[in-house]
Amino acid sequence: MWEYTEKVFEHFKNPRNVGEVENPDGVGDVGSLACGDALHLTFKLDEEGKIKEAMFKTFGCASAIASSSALTEMIKGKTLEEAEKITNQDIADYLGGLPEEKMHCSVMGKEALDAAIAYYRGETPREDPEDVVCKCFGISGKEIREVVKLNGLKTVEQVTHYTKAGGGCSTCHPEIQGILREMAEEEEREKKVLAAQSGRKLTNLQKIKLIEETMDREIRPSLKQDGGDIDLVDVEGDKVLVGFRGTCTSCPSSEFTLKGFVQEKLREFVSPEIEVEEMTP
Amino acid sequence: MTKTVYLDNNATTRVAPEVVEEMLPYFHDLYGNPSSMHFFGGQVNRRVEDAREKVAALLGAKPDEIIFTSCGTESDNASIMGTLDRYPEKRHFVTTRVEHPAVWNLCPYLRSKDYRITELSVDQNGQLDLEELKSVIGDDTAMVSIMYANNETGVIFPIDAIGGIVKARGIPFHTDAVQAVGKIPLDMSKQPIDMLSLSGHKLHAPKGIGVLYLRRGTKFSPLMKGGHQEKGRRGGTENVPYIVGLGKAAELALANMEEENTRVQALRDRMEKGLVESIPNTIVNGEAANRLPNTSSVCFEYVEGESILMMLDEVGVCASSGSACTSGSLEPSHVLRAMGVPFTAAHGSIRLTLSVYNKDEEVDHLLKHMPPIIENLRGISPFWKDFKDGKMPAAFAG
Repeated sequence: MWEYTEKVFEHFKNPRNVGEVENPDGVGDVGSLACGDALHLTFKLDEEGKIKEAMFKTFGCASAIASSSALTEMIKGKTLEEAEKITNQDIADYLGGLPEEKMHCSVMGKEALDAAIAYYRGETPREDPEDVVCKCFGISGKEIREVVKLNGLKTVEQVTHYTKAGGGCSTCHPEIQGILREMAEEEEREKKVLAAQSGRKLTNLQKIKLIEETMDREIRPSLKQDGGDIDLVDVEGDKVLVGFRGTCTSCPSSEFTLKGFVQEKLREFVSPEIEVEEMTP
Repeated sequence: MTKTVYLDNNATTRVAPEVVEEMLPYFHDLYGNPSSMHFFGGQVNRRVEDAREKVAALLGAKPDEIIFTSCGTESDNASIMGTLDRYPEKRHFVTTRVEHPAVWNLCPYLRSKDYRITELSVDQNGQLDLEELKSVIGDDTAMVSIMYANNETGVIFPIDAIGGIVKARGIPFHTDAVQAVGKIPLDMSKQPIDMLSLSGHKLHAPKGIGVLYLRRGTKFSPLMKGGHQEKGRRGGTENVPYIVGLGKAAELALANMEEENTRVQALRDRMEKGLVESIPNTIVNGEAANRLPNTSSVCFEYVEGESILMMLDEVGVCASSGSACTSGSLEPSHVLRAMGVPFTAAHGSIRLTLSVYNKDEEVDHLLKHMPPIIENLRGISPFWKDFKDGKMPAAFAG
């Protein structure tokens, strides 16, 4: 039996927004009967360009239905620019987490949202037929790369849990392995460059510059995905004072974000001695 | 708390109260080792032999043809590895595409050891083509292993005909009869079977006990090498309480055989009829085939099995599914796919399996709750509306 959270059960038993929006602005269809799950997402915008109504129809397991229900709740009231920042991990987090084998349900939600937004903007989904890696489930190399990067996946098994790629005849496993190896090598190269930069003795000015760069590259994009931001206030030796902005200020997990994420990143890329503290207004 | 309606008896069964009763003294008082020279241990040996006789009686076998093991999987492994080991020059192994994983998952391993594997296919009723079997076996075939009855669909293979074909070529024949034993009558004294696996917990004995039937004169080398137990064919101190329990369960199974094939079968038939009549686009898998009296595999088109199971769980009904999502794999049941059940239906398959403990009211409870569950899920499914609008092909008529 799967270990579903209460919230998954609750959204499965009482799914929100089942059905189809009339005269929708956005329509997204992903999955198929053969795949074992499919999601039909429709939404309508209000005069200000915010999502007024969002509805779904889903064929699939409990976590697929719960992920779809969660998605419709999450995007309501958001502009398309805000909505498209939602990641599959956000959907899983909204439900209090999903078993790893079921993460592909959250990915399906994310893909349906992207498809519906593309539909609204009149973009045709640009899928390169040459790029299909998993022929059983029709998953492209691009999709695999995106999900691997976003979720920090390391093994073929994880890729299968998140995207379904490789879950059928398994002939594409070597190819997925190749993508993972390529991406790991790339990451390794980037790390080496950064390590070389951070290995030397820094002057105070260099340190501040490096902290700023690291915040721009490694920290801000993630916070911004959730509507937050961070400012560098002061640097005293290895003590770094920062201030949270946006949704971060009211986020109950900002303490964890500070130590577990911001500090870790700065220790990784600037100096292992860094201590980050929040500047309270 | 909702009352539990247990309709998953092919997964495991309730241990019969009589079986528990029979086992208890072997924990409390009679804990001796049957191999011991003293009377305290020796008296236990007598009871192990009693149990062996009861299991032999259920199978129509001789007591010395019964080897106690830990489970059905061990029996399957012991039979296959123990036979191949004796014919090292023969490199061909024949089985089917619908075996239980206990046999099926041995195939990749055997391939890695340079065996050539033939997996016989089945038709839409889950039946083998015996002409295909005849044409694939040859001088290089070390053994044939074909299940007696399918765990998912209950489809019974014509084992006598199969065994006849295999034995006529002098090839050892094993059958995984885990789902058949206790549900349909077997008679090793008449049937052309060299080896047969059974599992205690499928016939109201506890989990952790199985049997390998090994016909006298069959070449075999033990998988579990060790002491002299089981006449040197399976090392390891006898699991006395469980062996005694299985003996009792075998005795009960023999006594209940008629009820299983009359009352239980009638209950199963009523359950199937009720589901098909009250829910459109419902298919019984292998309906036209000869099936176990207790097993029903049903597909509800355009909905997904795990969702059905979780809704059933809410009303206390325990069942299982051949859908991909329940197993953690991404493809639906290999058995249903081998039968050519289309994806539209295979993902929505539910297995309902009865035992002599099931009552009329329990089937009524299922028949009351299933139609709204399927209707609700179809209301969420994007394909059901498409199908109703004629945009979706019906996989099956009616």
